[in-house]
Amino acid sequence: MDLYAELILEHARRPRHAGLRAPFEAEVHHVNPTCGDEISLRVHLGEGGVLSDLSYDALGCSISVASASVLAEESLGRPVPDTLETYQHLRAMLTSRGQDPGDPEQLGDGVAFAGVSRYPARVKCALLPWTAYLDALARAGVDIAAASSGAAPTTTARTTLEES
Amino acid sequence: MTTGGLLEPRAAEGFGGAELARLRADFPILTRTVRGGRPLVYLDSGATSQKPRVVLDAEREFYERHNAAVHRGAHQLAEEATEAYEGARETIAAFLGADPGEVVLTRNGTEGLNLLAYAFSNAAAPGAMAGTDPAWADRLRLGPGDEIVVTEMEHHANLVPWQELCRRTGATLRWVGVTDDGYLQDPSTVVGDRTRVVAVTHVSNVLGTLNDLGPRSSVVAAARRVGALVVVDACQSAPHLDITALTAPGSGVDALVLTGHKTLGPSGVGVLWARRGLLEAMPPFLTGGSMIELVRMEGSTWAPPPQKFEAGVPMAAQAVGLAAALDYLTELGLDRVHAHDQALVRHTLGVLAERPWVRVLGPAEPTDRVGAVAFVVDGVHPHDVGQVLDDAGVAVRTGHHCAWPLHRRLGVPASTRASFGVYTTPEEIDAFAAALDRVPQIFGVPA
Repeated sequence: MDLYAELILEHARRPRHAGLRAPFEAEVHHVNPTCGDEISLRVHLGEGGVLSDLSYDALGCSISVASASVLAEESLGRPVPDTLETYQHLRAMLTSRGQDPGDPEQLGDGVAFAGVSRYPARVKCALLPWTAYLDALARAGVDIAAASSGAAPTTTARTTLEES
Repeated sequence: MTTGGLLEPRAAEGFGGAELARLRADFPILTRTVRGGRPLVYLDSGATSQKPRVVLDAEREFYERHNAAVHRGAHQLAEEATEAYEGARETIAAFLGADPGEVVLTRNGTEGLNLLAYAFSNAAAPGAMAGTDPAWADRLRLGPGDEIVVTEMEHHANLVPWQELCRRTGATLRWVGVTDDGYLQDPSTVVGDRTRVVAVTHVSNVLGTLNDLGPRSSVVAAARRVGALVVVDACQSAPHLDITALTAPGSGVDALVLTGHKTLGPSGVGVLWARRGLLEAMPPFLTGGSMIELVRMEGSTWAPPPQKFEAGVPMAAQAVGLAAALDYLTELGLDRVHAHDQALVRHTLGVLAERPWVRVLGPAEPTDRVGAVAFVVDGVHPHDVGQVLDDAGVAVRTGHHCAWPLHRRLGVPASTRASFGVYTTPEEIDAFAAALDRVPQIFGVPA
């Protein structure tokens, strides 16, 4: 099955940077109501617009858990605008119905999700952590308008705003 | 074999191999392939059933020969369409063992339950019960202190409308719990003097649990003791069982819903059956054309039931299709349909028991189950289980199956469910089990 790339299974078995940590500027909780996948996610922004920490607690299928792990791995320590660019490339690949194989330069381990694009029902599993991430950034005061244009992901959000 | 055996009523048997092959030929979709040429193994009939050709033909014939707006117009087609629609109601009523006047056609089971729930909140409006038998008016008016009882194994369709009714009226929602092995707990501690409605499913859409709702069952007896109305969700039982006992005089059941698309019929049509006195007392849910007696600018009066609850041009072709589906089931013989389902349930429980890494949810006793077997593979999310099965052409349901509180009660976020139809074969269960064996290997959990 091209859906379960070994890299995805590896991330799902041992999610990187998992667990909720402080300090953080915003915490969100997103659920996928059709299947019950859930993620709590926190962001901590550092000097110069760098993502200093991204911590999460994900409960769900291997695709959504692995996606959270890859999100953390590929985004931690990078300037936030760069991570938003990664998101746009990832979303383009995921919604391409198998047409866009993804650019490893842009996506890193995210290219492992290329097979997901052929399974429309699973695309929202892969996007759930990223949707939560965008929401958390917005709650933390980051302008995400450019990244969040286009198809709106279909998850629902419960958000908690906390000062760290 | 003794000759005496011939004189005794024999238990019905399921369908033999050749018979099942003929039956399957009635369902065009079963011949298609999926996921790169694999034969379709459809084990998701609990979500929606496939449709036999007679149903498709009935709908097509209605549109090709008789299509017109029902209960309107004086032309010949209008007459034929009205006859077809009312004829369908009679067939549906016969299937339920009920009077056609007690059969309301809805869009689906969910609408039937909302129709009931809204009757209670509409009854609370000023003047809504004018001219209604005061005893009935009292039974329908809810307020703070009154209680509605549901169960923890309800589909959201038989839970959320009652939650919302409580919110609108100030009544309190209470629920009968579920045991670890998937049975209802003792309802007598939950049903009390202030209970006005007991809403319960006949068969759990997740666990397959067949709840005893006979006149002397604990649920129905408890409701009767306090004069509460009993509402039954029969969406999961109607495709597999003779449910006429529920509508029989003295059954203790006041209303029941089923949906067409799970019962070999089309989508877009469902059934609410309720006792005549209740239907007469209930205020309407949807209002508009067809459901009126007299309309003036200042206000309107209502047609008698069932028309009072059928506003707008009804889904005539779908009603005709549902009637064809119920005739098809009746012709197969519901006792044999049930026996066939029992054989599938036993076989599925058997093959899953050979796989200790599979944990089945719900009753271990096959005779307490109808239509479905849900399970979890510890360490693997049901979505991933379902995906592996799908890759082999096996269609199952994964997730919480619109029964989120039940999953929470059982301590699992979601489950995988194999559910059956009259056309399901034991070989399909074997194919499902073989596909399932790839799960531990792919996800690295102990087999």
